Order: sequence, then C-alpha cells, then structure tokens
Amino acid sequence: MSILGNRVVRREDPKFLTVGGTYVADLDLPGSVYLTFVRSSMAHAKLLSVDTSGAKAMPGVVAVYTNDDLGIARMPTIMGMTNEAMTQPMLASGTVRYVGEPIVAIVAESREIAADALEAVVVEYEPLTVVIDPAEARKDNDLLFPDAGTNTTFTLDFGGDEALFDDCEVVVELTLINQRVAPCPMEGRSAAAHMTKDGRLEFNSATQAPHGVRDGLAGFLGLEPDKVHVVTPDVGGGFGAKASVYPEDIVVGWCAVHLGRPVRWTETRSESMLGLGHGRAQLQHVRMGGTRGGVISAYRIDVLQDCGAYPAFGAVLPFMTRVMTSGPYKIPKAEFGSVSVVTNSTPTTAYRGAGRPEATAAIERTMDVFAREIEMDPAELRRRNLIGKDEFPYTTPTETVYDVGDYHQALELALEVAGYDELRAKQARRRASGDPIQIGIGLSCYVEITNGLPDGEFGAVEVRPDGKIIVRTGTSPHGQGHVTAWSMLVAEQMGVPIEDIEVIYGDTDVVPRGAGTMGSRSLQIGGAAVNQAAVDVVEKAKDLAADLFEADREDIVLDKSNASFHVIGTPAVSKSWGELAKAAVAKDGNPLFAEVDLASPGPTFPFGTHISVVEVDVETGKVTLLRHIAVDDAGRILNPLLAEGQVHGGIAQGVAQALLEEVVYDPDGNPLTSTFADYSFISAAELPSFETRFTETPTPINALGAKGIGESGTIGSTPALHNAVCDAVAHLGVRHVDMPTTPIRVWNAINDAAPHHDAKNTTKKGGR
Amino acid sequence: MIPASFDYVRAESVDEAIGLLSEHGDDAKLLAGGHSLLPLMKLRLAQPAMLIDIGHLRELSYVKEEKGYVCVGALTRHHDLANSLVARASAPVLAHVAGQIGDPQVRHRGTIGGSIAHGDPASDLPAALLALGGSLVVQGPNGIREIDANDFFLSFFEVALTPEEVLIEVRVPRSEGQWGFEKLTKRAMDWAIVGALAVRTSNGVGVALINMGPVPMHARAVEAALASGANASDAAQHAAEGTEPSADFNGSVAYRRHVAKVLVGRALKTAGV
Ligand SMILES: Cc1cc2nc3c(=O)[nH]c(=O)nc-3n(C[C@H](O)[C@H](O)[C@H](O)COP(=O)(O)OP(=O)(O)OC[C@H]3O[C@@H](n4cnc5c(N)ncnc54)[C@H](O)[C@@H]3O)c2cc1C
Repeated sequence: MSILGNRVVRREDPKFLTVGGTYVADLDLPGSVYLTFVRSSMAHAKLLSVDTSGAKAMPGVVAVYTNDDLGIARMPTIMGMTNEAMTQPMLASGTVRYVGEPIVAIVAESREIAADALEAVVVEYEPLTVVIDPAEARKDNDLLFPDAGTNTTFTLDFGGDEALFDDCEVVVELTLINQRVAPCPMEGRSAAAHMTKDGRLEFNSATQAPHGVRDGLAGFLGLEPDKVHVVTPDVGGGFGAKASVYPEDIVVGWCAVHLGRPVRWTETRSESMLGLGHGRAQLQHVRMGGTRGGVISAYRIDVLQDCGAYPAFGAVLPFMTRVMTSGPYKIPKAEFGSVSVVTNSTPTTAYRGAGRPEATAAIERTMDVFAREIEMDPAELRRRNLIGKDEFPYTTPTETVYDVGDYHQALELALEVAGYDELRAKQARRRASGDPIQIGIGLSCYVEITNGLPDGEFGAVEVRPDGKIIVRTGTSPHGQGHVTAWSMLVAEQMGVPIEDIEVIYGDTDVVPRGAGTMGSRSLQIGGAAVNQAAVDVVEKAKDLAADLFEADREDIVLDKSNASFHVIGTPAVSKSWGELAKAAVAKDGNPLFAEVDLASPGPTFPFGTHISVVEVDVETGKVTLLRHIAVDDAGRILNPLLAEGQVHGGIAQGVAQALLEEVVYDPDGNPLTSTFADYSFISAAELPSFETRFTETPTPINALGAKGIGESGTIGSTPALHNAVCDAVAHLGVRHVDMPTTPIRVWNAINDAAPHHDAKNTTKKGGR
Repeated sequence: MIPASFDYVRAESVDEAIGLLSEHGDDAKLLAGGHSLLPLMKLRLAQPAMLIDIGHLRELSYVKEEKGYVCVGALTRHHDLANSLVARASAPVLAHVAGQIGDPQVRHRGTIGGSIAHGDPASDLPAALLALGGSLVVQGPNGIREIDANDFFLSFFEVALTPEEVLIEVRVPRSEGQWGFEKLTKRAMDWAIVGALAVRTSNGVGVALINMGPVPMHARAVEAALASGANASDAAQHAAEGTEPSADFNGSVAYRRHVAKVLVGRALKTAGV
C-alpha cells in the first residue's frame, strides 16, 4: 500500500505543540550585543544632521554607525530590471524616503539600552514634498530620486492593438485598487550573527532562502561564500517577504565581523509593519469586451504598481501579473501594460501569490461586472469562457503555456458543494423581503503559476550504516511541512518507515545548494528532487546488492514491505539498507548516497474555483463571511492534510485582503496602521469553517504529477469574497466597492448609489 | 515596544496603594490589568516613573449584591464579571458587555476598574455603567466617597479621580429588565467603531453610546424622546444629537452619526422598547 496520498500527520508538530519551536531570538549566544535602528519619522526629507553623540555617550552603548561608517555598497537593482539610480543604501544617506527607513544603527549591551539610545539620537530633517499616491508619482512632478529624472522604474507593454475592442458588442471598464497589505508573519525579521573560532561568519536568520542570504552577505561584506555559514532555526512564517535579503541583515553581519561579538537583531512588530516589505499595491484599469451572449473576446489590463520608496521585488511583480493576464479563460485577444513607480512608502515585495492574485482579482471582478452588464449569471458566463480540458497545453495571448487542467470540473464541483441554485433562490427571497441583512454570492475561477521563476533544486538521500536515512533538501520550510512530505516520498521509494528518515534543511554547510521556499515551488521541484535522489539511491543499492548476491543486476528486487533487497524468487536471503550502506563504505569508502540537482522543467499551473457566501448589513455596511467553498487542483496531492493546511491559511489571508486588511498612509506619508490594533489582521472569529475539496489533474512535468498549493488559497479567495460583497449590494445600484470591503466603504458605496438607484428602481427598493 | 525604565512596587493593600500615590504624585500610575496602560508605555506614549501594582488585590475582586445594588470590585477581571452568576442574574447587561470586550486574553487580564478609570470613550463598560445609572466608589487619603457615573467622565481620557485616589468599586442598581447591546466592529476583538446600549430600568430607558465623542455618554436626546412617549424608531433618530464623534479610516463623522441611529434603534428593539 502506498503512503502517498494519505493524511500523514505532521512530524513537525509534537515539538511545536509541546516544548515549542526555537526561533532566532531564542538562541543562546553568550556575550551578545543588540542591534537596533533609528528609523525615519518623516516620509520624505533631507537629512540636515544626525547627531549621535548623546547615544554614543550612554553607558552600555557599544557602537553607533551611520551609513558612512559602514562603507557597504547599495542594494542592487532587481534582476537588472529596475532603475539604477533608485537603489537603497544600507542606512539612509542624505535623504530619507519613507517612514521607517533605517538611518542609524546602534549596538548596545541590551535591547533596553538600545531602545533608550534610540531616543538620544537627534535627527534634523528638512521636509521634501511627499509623494504617496502612485498616480501622482507617475506624473513626475515631484521626484524621489532627482538623479533618475523620473519616478518610473520598470515598465511592461504587451500588445497595443488599437482595434482591440472594435468587434465587441459590449465593453465594460473598471478601475480597481488591489490595496497594499502587510504580510504579517508571526515572527518578524530576526538575525543573530557571530564570528566562529575558525574565522567564519555564522549567521542565524529567519529567512525563506538561506543560500540567498549566504550569497548576499558574502557579496556585500566581501567574504568568500564558504566563509559564511547561514542557519535557519525554526522560522515563524514569511509569505514571500522573507525570501530576500534586507539592508538590516547585512548590517547585522557587518557588525558581527567588525565588533567580534555576537550581534543580534529582532525587529518589533511596529518596526516590522514598516520595515518588512509590503505586498500587492496595484492600481488596475481593466477593459473587457465580448458579445451579449456571453462570449468574451478581448481583455486589457493596465497596472500601476506602487514600489514604495526603493524598488524591491514588488517593482517587477507586474511581470507575474502579465503571465496570468487572461486567467482561465479562452480570450482570443488579451493585452497587458504596466508602469512601476516609486512612492514615499515602505518598499513592496513578494507576498503570498506575488503578482498572480492581482491578475486574478482584476479579471474575476471584471467577469462579474460583465455578467451583470449582459444580465447573465456569473457562473454561466464563466462556464462559457473557461478553457476546455481538451485544449491543453494551452497558449494564452500573453504567451503563457498552461500545462494541463480541467477548469470546468472545478467550477461545477464548487457550484455543487455550495448548492449554488439554492443560494441564489435564498438571495432572491432575502432581497424581496427588504431585510437589512442581505446575502451575496461570489465566484472566482483562477489559474496560477507555481515555480514561476523556474529555478532548479537540490535534493540528496544518504543511507547510514545503521539503516537510518538522511535527506537533504534545498527548500527551506517555515510551516509548510516538508519534513513530513519529503519523508513520505522517501518512504515510498525506499520502503523505510518515516520514523527512520531525518530531513535536513536550512543549513548552508550541510546543504550545499538551494533556492529555498517561495512561489509554491517546493514540492514540485524540491520534493521531486528528493524523490529522484531516493530513486537513484535505490538503483545504487541494487548495484551493491547484485555484487553481494553475485546475481544479475536485473534480478535484484527491493521488497518495500520490509525495506530489504533480495534476488528475485529467493526472498529468504536478503540485505537491509544498513547492510548495503556498510557494503558501500567497505567498497570504496563512500557512503550509499545519491545527490540530485533537478533542473526545472518549467512552471506548472494550478487552478480551481472558490465561492464565498456573505451577509451584508446594508444599514451599517458590515460584512460577515458565512461560507467559503474552495475547490483547488494542484495536480496529484501528496498529503491532503498538508495541502488543506496550505489552502486554509491561504484562504484566511486572501479573505482578509478582501474584507479587512489595508496598509494606510495619510497624505504626509505617515503610516496609520503600524500596530495590530490598527492593522486589521484577521482572526479565527471572522472566519467560518472552510469547505475544501481537491480535484486532481496530474501535471506531466514532474514525476509526482504535483503542482504547487501554497498560494492558491490566497489567489482564489480574495476575488470570490470581493465579488460576494459586491453581489450582496448590487440590487441597491452598487456596481463596485473597493477592497477592503470595510463597513464604511460598503456603506459609502450604498449611499453613493442610492440617489441614482432611487430614480431608476424605486419599486425594487421595497420595504427598506 | 520597550517601555522607558520605571520603578515597580507591588501594593499589598488599598491603603498602601493610596500611601504610595500620595508619596509619588503624578510620577506614579496604578497598574491593574495593564491592558490599557502597558500598550501606551510600550509605545512610550506614557512614561510613568513608577508603577504601583494593584492587579493582585483579591479584596477588590468580587461581584456581590447589596441593598438593591450589584457591586463589582474594581479589580474584577472582565472574564470573571462575564461569568459571575450574581451579575448574570441581577445585572445581565453588565455581564454580557464584559463578555464582549476584546478577546479572551484581554478579558482575562483587563479589569472593570481599569476600564472605567482609563476613561476611554471607545470602551464598553462605561456605557453600561451610564445606561444603568451606576456610581463609583473611590478611596483616597481622606476616606471613601461615591461619585455618580454621570459626574465621572470629565473629558477625553480624564475622569473625576484625584491623583491619590483608587477606584475600589463599581455599583449599578439591580436591573433585570430587558436590554440591547449593539457594537459595530471590523473584527470581533476590536474596539467599537460605534456602540449603543439600551436598558429598561425602574427609572425609564437608559441609553448610552460608545465612541461617539470625547467621553462615554448617554444618548440624552433618545432618552428624552422615549420619556416623552416617542416610539423606539422615532426616538432612535435622535441618537446622534449632542454627540461629537471623531473621524478616522474606520468611519467618517457622518457615518458614525448614522450608525449610532441604526444601533440605538436595534438596541431599543432588542430591549423590547
Ligand atoms: C487588544 C485589546 C483589545 C481591547 N478591546 C477592548 C474592547 O473591545 N472594549 C473595551 O472596553 N476595552 C477593550 N480593551 C481595553 C481593556 O478592557 C482594558 O483592560 C481596560 O480598558 C483597562 O483595564 P486594565 O485593568 O487593563 O487597566 P490598566 O491598563 O492597568 O490601567 C488603565 C488606567 O487606569 C488606571 N487604573 C487602573 N485601575 C485603577 C483603579 N482601581 N483606580 C484608579 N485608577 C486605576 C491606571 O493607572 C491606568 O491609568 C482592549 C485592550 C486590548 C489590549
């Protein structure tokens, strides 16, 4: 019986549920000093003077540095694609460009002393014009980087057909805000570094990509990569925002090198809300055209991407939005254009979905508006336009090649689980009754891309003489459950119990290479690499067994029921994994071992349909999520428990964006949401039990048939909920409500629609 | 997130706390559940030189009924008030409101005394206190005095306690009448964007508002309208009169005024008015 496809409980959990994890801040590093940063309180200003003398004179303060003291290069451009005149220095130099930008680094004997020393630094600012609205930034009236001569840092233009909509009977047009959100991992950024006796920098980091951190540190600090040892203890989430190296990380490493003492830094939540990259932040202008009969024939989206003050990964994410432009639909003509601009706000970066949720939100919201325009049920409009299952591989107008899918199956299953027709009937009754609590139903069909920047991955399997199996992986799990998942893969190939398998990750000395965990890539490439290594080790073991048995190589069988090898037909005489491991060492001194650098065969395209059911109190605007149905297809599911975990978390975050979360700045660039009292991080109390289902359409591109599942929950859920809210108030004349659909926004939308509605539809308003 | 340094004393009695307050004056602050004070200190918006911890004073943690009043010790945690059989029987609205505050963690730490003494217009318990026509028992160097709830909330975060006084008890008239409590929040754990509370008492219908001005307040115009015979929905239309809500990204002034009317209307309806 295969272990694959079973709900194997997480091997990781007993520790977390009993003694708890060990995070960077928990590490015991005797003699540590604590790093902290004076951060800008102004969104845009010239630094006239920075007086650190008071801080330096305080007892317990070890060192105080400004950017000039460090002599470290600026952060690089993003993959060579962003404007070179807009790179970020380690610490602000001459000008500050967002509230929270680090200006001074203070090292002290304790966190408390460091916190007091912060207040002793006197920064004199000369205010500059603040540019917070990306549409303003684009006009280039006020520049963040005068040397660049523009606020634009990256553009894409795909298509330019002036006749795009000429044949369309109906064209709808919509401006959408895909608002800026904060990733909010439970653990903020954290690092602890020290020099070892043999002169290497050991760097503990709460990161998603330890090898990237190693290479980043080595590059900035002028060290050979093998002189840097990066370790990730337990990591409390990342959601993409911890996939890259931050200036603060580099400064931690620099201080450890220069002070010769262990240096640690753990940001506070308020710092994290300003310093950890933000996500989304797109302004979208969308047009969709087609026939009155519901055939969509043309689509164009123009994106204005807010990069924040220094172009980070967020600046180039429109690239991923472009890849998913036309979503799961067979639209003959689709175009994409984007402009990424800098504003005086926290830099934006990858956040769960990273460019794809934005694409899905745009097309799914527009599908609903189009359906309304032609008075067709939104499920029916989708049904008519989804790509058929026989049409794969399918090449979209923006030249993305979808591997495989059965989009109709996901839609129909979701409708069935939801009881769609009954829901619509209930909605109609509620509308007729004029009840202040109205019902909304929202759909979202999505397709997304996983391992979208197709990196390969490292995987290795080693058999120890005692029969224990050591697995090394280049992925860097921080909640996903790779220890369980990779154990299952190896157990399946080798026939060993998962208890005998140890999975090692997040240590650059033990795992030589790795891209890390982001972009929902881990199973489809990292798991596949481990799987391949296990297959290879079985083959090597067969060679050894053939020698030992003096039998024909082809006649050796691995009996997975008891993890041993024998010659076909004579199971009584067998060799265990441990015996073969010993034989390997005896033969040439090398362990029984296989190592794989699996090249990426390209990305895969998971898909699905989500349906949200909400109640909206039309008198206060308050939205309550009643049900959320998610049908996801991530190819073959290795462990439904883990997959559901990913979907659940993804839905919570996606729903939160549609319902609650938004990073808000005032016009002067002051952040108004830098604590969890103000930033509406969602809680369990706002969420119903999710109704999740999987369909399984295996991908041909890897041996596991697996696609990514890490981000689909976020991608599918946001537009479903958003559409549900708009649907709930559509009969009141509301065409669209921007996200997040907070009470005030929904109420304002109803109010704004009311006069127009009164004139046109007095009778329908009924008892209200 | 790290407060400025401060001294800490654990007071073993109310008298000791009063003595310490008299000695240290404005530099000292009482610490009860810490769920309003500590967040301010962590953001360094409050920097008291000394904290006098009264959080563990068991003698001030009780709910009892005396001569037609429900008396709640100032250090009673919200959780204990919410689950008190005495409160549930004799002042059910008070127990219910306490059970709606923040989240379980907040309710296990926060105290009624802290909530009232803090004077936050967005807090829930002051509204219950006002609507029920309650009073506050405070003790200072010169002994004990009782302050009518209507005279207690002076201005934004300012209450009628002198710096040496400790709030020791909150009293409300026994009230088994029907009531309605409406709190509009974005998340279950949030403070009210607007809240409304209506309760039928022996002196008529008490109606109070949450977060509709600088101080916790009665909806006086609603109470007056009801007293002069208006029906609930007409009376609710007066809910915004005399209020001064502030605007933030959770609600404009106009929105809060509108919601006050809606919520008062609903609270009155639930109260069977
Ligand atoms: C996340 C969160 C959510 C919350 N949500 C809500 C909510 O929805 N509704 C709501 O009403 N509240 C809410 N609160 C506030 C909570 O109810 C607080 O516990 C309460 O406001 C203060 O009580 P405390 O015992 O914690 O007071 P403390 O923080 O200890 O003290 C507050 C102030 O009162 C003074 N003080 C305390 N006790 C006395 C006394 N006996 N005599 C004189 N002065 C005293 C202190 O010196 C201090 O100035 C929330 C708090 C948090 C942290």
